[in-house]
Amino acid sequence: MRWWQIRKRDKDVERELQSDLDLEEEEQRERGVSPEEARHAALRAFGNPTLISEQTRAVWSWTWWENLLRDFRIGTRTLFRSPGFSIIAIIVIALCIGATTSLFTVVWSVLLRPLPFRDPDRLVMIYEHFRDPRMNSQQFNYNAVAPADYYDWRAQTHGFEDLAAWRYWQFNLTGEHGELPELVQARGGSWNLFPLLGVNAAIGRTFTQSEDRPDGDAVMLTWNLFERRFGADPSIVDRQIHLDGKPYTVVGVLPKSFTYPDANVEVWVPFASGLPPDILAHHDYHFARVVAGLRPDVSLDSALSQVEAVQYQEHLQNLHAPVAEDVAPKTLIEDLAQNVKRPLIILLGAVGCVLLIGCLNVANLMVARSAARQKEIAICSALGAGRTTLIRVQLIESFLVSMAGGIVGSLLSASSTNWLARTWIELPNPQSIRADAVVLAFVSALVLASAMLTGLVPAITSTSKRAVAALQAASRNVAGSQSRTALRKTLLTVEISATVVLLIAAGLLLKSFWRLRTTDVGCVTDNVLTMGYSLPTNKYDSADKVNAFNETLLERVRSMPGARAVALGSVVPGDGHGGDDAFTISERPPIAPGAPMPDALYRRADPEYFSALGIPLLSGRFFTNQDRAGRPRTVIISRLLAQQYFPGEDPLGKHLHIVPYGNADYEIVGVVADTLYQVGQPAKPTMYYPILNGESDRALTLAVRTIADPLSLSVPIQKQIAELDPQLPVHDVLTMDQIIEQSLGNASLSASLVLAFALLSLILASVGLYGALSYLTTQRTGEIGVRMALGAQRREVVHLMLGDGLRPALYGLAIGLAASVGTVRLIQSMLYGTGPLDPAVFACVAASLLLVACIACLVPAWKASRIDPMQALRNE
Amino acid sequence: MEKRAQPRANLLQGTLDMLILRTLLYGPAHGHQIGKQIQRTTNDFLQMQHGSLYPALHRLEQRGWVSSKWEMAPDRNREFKYYRLTDKGRKQLVVEESQWKRMAEAVARVMWPTAEES
Repeated sequence: MRWWQIRKRDKDVERELQSDLDLEEEEQRERGVSPEEARHAALRAFGNPTLISEQTRAVWSWTWWENLLRDFRIGTRTLFRSPGFSIIAIIVIALCIGATTSLFTVVWSVLLRPLPFRDPDRLVMIYEHFRDPRMNSQQFNYNAVAPADYYDWRAQTHGFEDLAAWRYWQFNLTGEHGELPELVQARGGSWNLFPLLGVNAAIGRTFTQSEDRPDGDAVMLTWNLFERRFGADPSIVDRQIHLDGKPYTVVGVLPKSFTYPDANVEVWVPFASGLPPDILAHHDYHFARVVAGLRPDVSLDSALSQVEAVQYQEHLQNLHAPVAEDVAPKTLIEDLAQNVKRPLIILLGAVGCVLLIGCLNVANLMVARSAARQKEIAICSALGAGRTTLIRVQLIESFLVSMAGGIVGSLLSASSTNWLARTWIELPNPQSIRADAVVLAFVSALVLASAMLTGLVPAITSTSKRAVAALQAASRNVAGSQSRTALRKTLLTVEISATVVLLIAAGLLLKSFWRLRTTDVGCVTDNVLTMGYSLPTNKYDSADKVNAFNETLLERVRSMPGARAVALGSVVPGDGHGGDDAFTISERPPIAPGAPMPDALYRRADPEYFSALGIPLLSGRFFTNQDRAGRPRTVIISRLLAQQYFPGEDPLGKHLHIVPYGNADYEIVGVVADTLYQVGQPAKPTMYYPILNGESDRALTLAVRTIADPLSLSVPIQKQIAELDPQLPVHDVLTMDQIIEQSLGNASLSASLVLAFALLSLILASVGLYGALSYLTTQRTGEIGVRMALGAQRREVVHLMLGDGLRPALYGLAIGLAASVGTVRLIQSMLYGTGPLDPAVFACVAASLLLVACIACLVPAWKASRIDPMQALRNE
Repeated sequence: MEKRAQPRANLLQGTLDMLILRTLLYGPAHGHQIGKQIQRTTNDFLQMQHGSLYPALHRLEQRGWVSSKWEMAPDRNREFKYYRLTDKGRKQLVVEESQWKRMAEAVARVMWPTAEES
């Protein structure tokens, strides 16, 4: 029905009622009643004409729409009438909805949204899994797969549509025309990986089966490198680029949307490309990540059991080597997001708490305001407004507030989501984090939920039958106000207990962050500059060439002014796992077949590595210039390795046997103190091999201890390197402090975010407390006046009011502490150096909450004690 | 308010529609007349609530059982909104009447079983 028809219908109803009412009046007059009396009598007989006309109009179904419009008008008008309240409520809701939306956007993009692959639900990662629980505690329960295992799985099982593999790699990318050399992040992907993922090349093609072999020289660029380094010029396809000094042919460019496994990857080579054939046949070099595509007609369990059977055979055939018995599946998303999943869920929980607190606070404000509008509501209902209408008007008000808050919040969240994606370095694919239809739906749901939460409770209580009592002259309607105060106190109690839970989580996270920050990694970290480089195999094809470069560089850097000491090694402490190896002790009987093999972190070090980094020698000696190729093989072990594998005996002179890099015995010549490979992780047994022995691994880290600001040496050292080899890129120029800072990125971010949320909710709760008590004071002015007139002291009044305000705070504190005991278990795994039930944190939170609550209550309580009894009683 | 003393009954849900339709069987009438008519016929036993009369009239009109027209009243010299029964309304009246009858008989059988047997 059109609006003019609505108009006409309205007029019609009015006219009909009016004419009948007039008739009634005329009839009354004709009976001889005086005109005035006739009018009243007619109205009495008739009832409330406005109400009747409304009820009549309600017959026509369009009235609900009309009513809604009217209620919206009324709601907007009321909100404009009290701009202070509206603005505060909108800001609170906007902050809460904004923060929640941002976190939801990240959680949705990282943990929930299906990956942009063909049938992402059918894809699964498969890892090797050791049965021994001790292995699992060292995180070998999801162990990377050995290439030979992968090839056997693929050849011998039929449960999966296909099995593909990829591995980490990096290359020195050099230009032919003197462009800057750079280190590029690479992945080696089996030829069937891209078809399995359903990804096509944007330009050119993906790898073919014949290219996936050790001497394969095909390469694909990711869009990122294609745009950045090659100016998005499609003619790069079929041309050659130089990786580690070796020519590779570009066969294709991957689409921009392809950022698997992460966005830093710059080139892809075939899986086997560049790997020595004997490594591909190994069952104990664990570096392949296997992606499997389920066949539609086979269940995951039965497909996995086939793979498991093959793997168990591998295990039985290689009892002397660390070959796992089982396999374990993982979803792709879980695999990508494993480091951020828990912090994300916890932050989402925290922000949900803040949202709840914010809504309760606004609900509290609304209760207070509806108390002030009691008379208005009473008049409305006396004039015939139904209870549902009144509730609807109030709900629409809170809906308008939530709506405005939601709009402002969404705008806020757009920028905070960006900030989060940029700052949180561990998120797997920051560019995939964006709002979409799902996020929009989520925001709408939030708006509705917060409208219900903030509106329904106050609306129902304020329109209760007792409302009319407000019209009675004496406004001492104690019953009504007390029930409303009780409601406010309940809301406050909930608010405060949620705040306590947040504060305790924040306290624990902060304490562990502080512990992490002050952890001693076991070496000097002040004024140490590090940088990485990797000597390419084809240019440095002998140990002598490698040694010559390294020794010349070390000599040059040592003689630089400002350099105190220089270390060269594979990895510096605190910079991550960096690789491990299984070993055996030559002096011992062979390990029983199938028993877990000893395993230690694998490091390389130059003679001055330990002294330069301040890692103390416990016994034996450091490496010397004589520990090089052609001399007896030597190794230095860490204290933990000595303790674990040589308990009660002298390890010096014993031999470690390792299979890679020569399958030989190494004499233990020294024991050094433990260092941490990563802050927050317990130290692991470590073995150090001399860098000069010419075996393996050309990825090195140069660490320079400087006298002054370490970064001031960064350019001079890089110049030295460029002088020695202009084609050699240097990467990750960082101070030790920066390395450690980066490794803590996650912990510091989640700790500070949870703290921010906790503080926000503390502010909200204290404002709520203050508001509730101020309101109570106003309500009880008369009573306090009487008390004081009867001789109550000001001190007693303060006590009375303080007790009233602090009671919800105390209840909330008790409930919050009890709830925390349960919830801290959720963050237990994120804690370091503190138990989940840390008494200091609990005590601090309790004390600071009480303090804030006291301050919030003191002002209104003091005001109450200033009440002039005469004034108060006169107002009655 | 002497009227309060008289016995009054609230209309059973749904019967108001039937009463209105029946009243209109005599010929077109406006809201006030209909109310008065019902009240008078039942000797003021059924008290007409205007708050339910007008919505009921409009509901009947919406369903097409009555039609309405502004017409001059013969005795008042001004226009009133007259309702008249449509053909559809007539049929509806028959339906409602028979339903009511069955209902009344059923109630009576429960309330006065002996009378029914004789």
